[in-house]
Amino acid sequence: MKDQFVVPARLKKTSFVLMGVGLLTLLIGLIAFQGENATRFWAGLLQNSSFFLLITLASTFFIAATTLAHGGWQIAFRRVPEAISMAVPALAAILFVVVMILVFGGKEHIYHWVNAHHVAEDKILTWKSAFLNKGFFTTATIITLALWIFFTLRLRKMSIEEDGWDLRPETGRKLIWRNTVWCGGFLVVFTLSVGSTTPWIWLMSIDAHWFSTMYSWYTFASSWVSGLSLIALFVIYLKKHGYLTYVTEEHLHDLGKFMFAFSIFWTYLWFSQYMLIWYANMPEETEYFQPRVWGEWRPIFFLNLLINFITPLLFLMKRDTKRNYTAVAFIAVVIIFGHWLDFWQMVYPGTVKHLVFPWYEFGLGLGFVGLIIFLVSNQLTKASLVPKNHPYLKESIVHHT
Amino acid sequence: MAVKNFVVGLFDDEAVLFPAVKKVRTAGYKLHDVYTPFPVHGLDHAMGLRETSLHTAGFIYGITGTTTALSFMSWVFNVDWPLNIGGKPHFPLPAFIPITFELTVLFAAVGMVMTFCYLCQIMPGVKKHIFHPRQTDDKFVMVIELTEKTNAEEVKAFLNAAGAHDVNEQKAEAGWWFGRYDKNDEVYSVPANA
Repeated sequence: MKDQFVVPARLKKTSFVLMGVGLLTLLIGLIAFQGENATRFWAGLLQNSSFFLLITLASTFFIAATTLAHGGWQIAFRRVPEAISMAVPALAAILFVVVMILVFGGKEHIYHWVNAHHVAEDKILTWKSAFLNKGFFTTATIITLALWIFFTLRLRKMSIEEDGWDLRPETGRKLIWRNTVWCGGFLVVFTLSVGSTTPWIWLMSIDAHWFSTMYSWYTFASSWVSGLSLIALFVIYLKKHGYLTYVTEEHLHDLGKFMFAFSIFWTYLWFSQYMLIWYANMPEETEYFQPRVWGEWRPIFFLNLLINFITPLLFLMKRDTKRNYTAVAFIAVVIIFGHWLDFWQMVYPGTVKHLVFPWYEFGLGLGFVGLIIFLVSNQLTKASLVPKNHPYLKESIVHHT
Repeated sequence: MAVKNFVVGLFDDEAVLFPAVKKVRTAGYKLHDVYTPFPVHGLDHAMGLRETSLHTAGFIYGITGTTTALSFMSWVFNVDWPLNIGGKPHFPLPAFIPITFELTVLFAAVGMVMTFCYLCQIMPGVKKHIFHPRQTDDKFVMVIELTEKTNAEEVKAFLNAAGAHDVNEQKAEAGWWFGRYDKNDEVYSVPANA
């Protein structure tokens, strides 16, 4: 049984090529976008760093949620989300650097509330300044990033440590108990950050006059369904290379169900956010949808719905596609691309304003993908692919949907 | 339906039941049904039952619900009784979506429940012959239908060899019937040893 992953030379090469593409795009962007156009340089970085950080963090959430639910089915591939979540520290560092430059570098084309004069003349921003100020932004960002990294590392460390334990009922109970406690702790942090404040300050504050109470949930749904797709992609990759012996179509089927269900969940939030604003039709609320639905971004706005709702809905509806490795890999790539597009249309209409062909953003995205492949494949080699002492392992092996 | 002859065997354990189901199928006997106290994963495959089409039916019911809701609302607000509601257009798609969704779910749910009842032949008042009172308690009950080609004694011996106990022969109504178990069941079932 192969349960020790060795990074294939081809995967390593792919990751380096992708990272190279990303760095090259960053350099070209630095030269191409200067002065007025520098907004696009920073907007691309904000979109990509927040998107890829949140989809890797979704893996920590996956571990925490399934652990708290006393799920057994995911144990056979639990090391995969663990390895993905270990990309969080590096991506968090990148995001931190980016947002700090935006806030303290006076990048007011991205966050127009960083300009003190502007805030003083603007009644809405003055009222909001108790919340929307540099100090709060920095403190909240540091605290959330630190807590995410702390819990992610902690869960990973415990899991590897447990490989050395002996198999007894008492150790099994202890294992479940301490994992439950730590995962519970993480979920509280996650809910108060991704489910509440974090998307407000990082992304929603681009349109500082506007607000939506659905925004954080919308961002969460977007990153969560992409995070599930990312887990599925790594699971399929490992399976195709002969690892993860215990993972069968049954596990893939359940991941596929998750991707299907949360694509619909995302649509539910997409629609709820839109419909309430459409119904009330108040200028201070509709301004967000004006450029998206009636302006230049109209094709992207509806493409977003087509890729992220219609496609997964019809494609993953059939049982056979959810149990087919190639089909799930395909739709996982589509979903990740679709939600990357979603983040693009969340960030760009408020910053760059005009619809542009996203070569720069896509190049950066490829760089982040390369970085994630590099970090995750490295992490996968650090421990056995099967948490062999987990009491629910048998439940996962005999899992049947 | 028709009154038929059956050989009934009881099993205590799924581990014995599974190989027995396989043996019955390879031997070529006609498996009427297997009654279990709880859903047994994989038994449908072992028995050679085909995948259900219930979900395809569900999809069709759902699509019907979507179409019904959208076409009815559009007809009402555009043709039959156009009203100006809050200055919204006569075809306000976002306002229609929740109702469309609800009707999709309603049609799919109700349709699937009724189809399920039809497929399983269950309905209030509809009765089916119970081959053994403990088939919903703790026994796995395998029922083999006797055809002209099968010999009852041979099937009984076969079931005994496969690990069944209390093997008996019953003459019973194979399908559903209306009535009451306490009054009508004797009409439809004649235990062989009675």
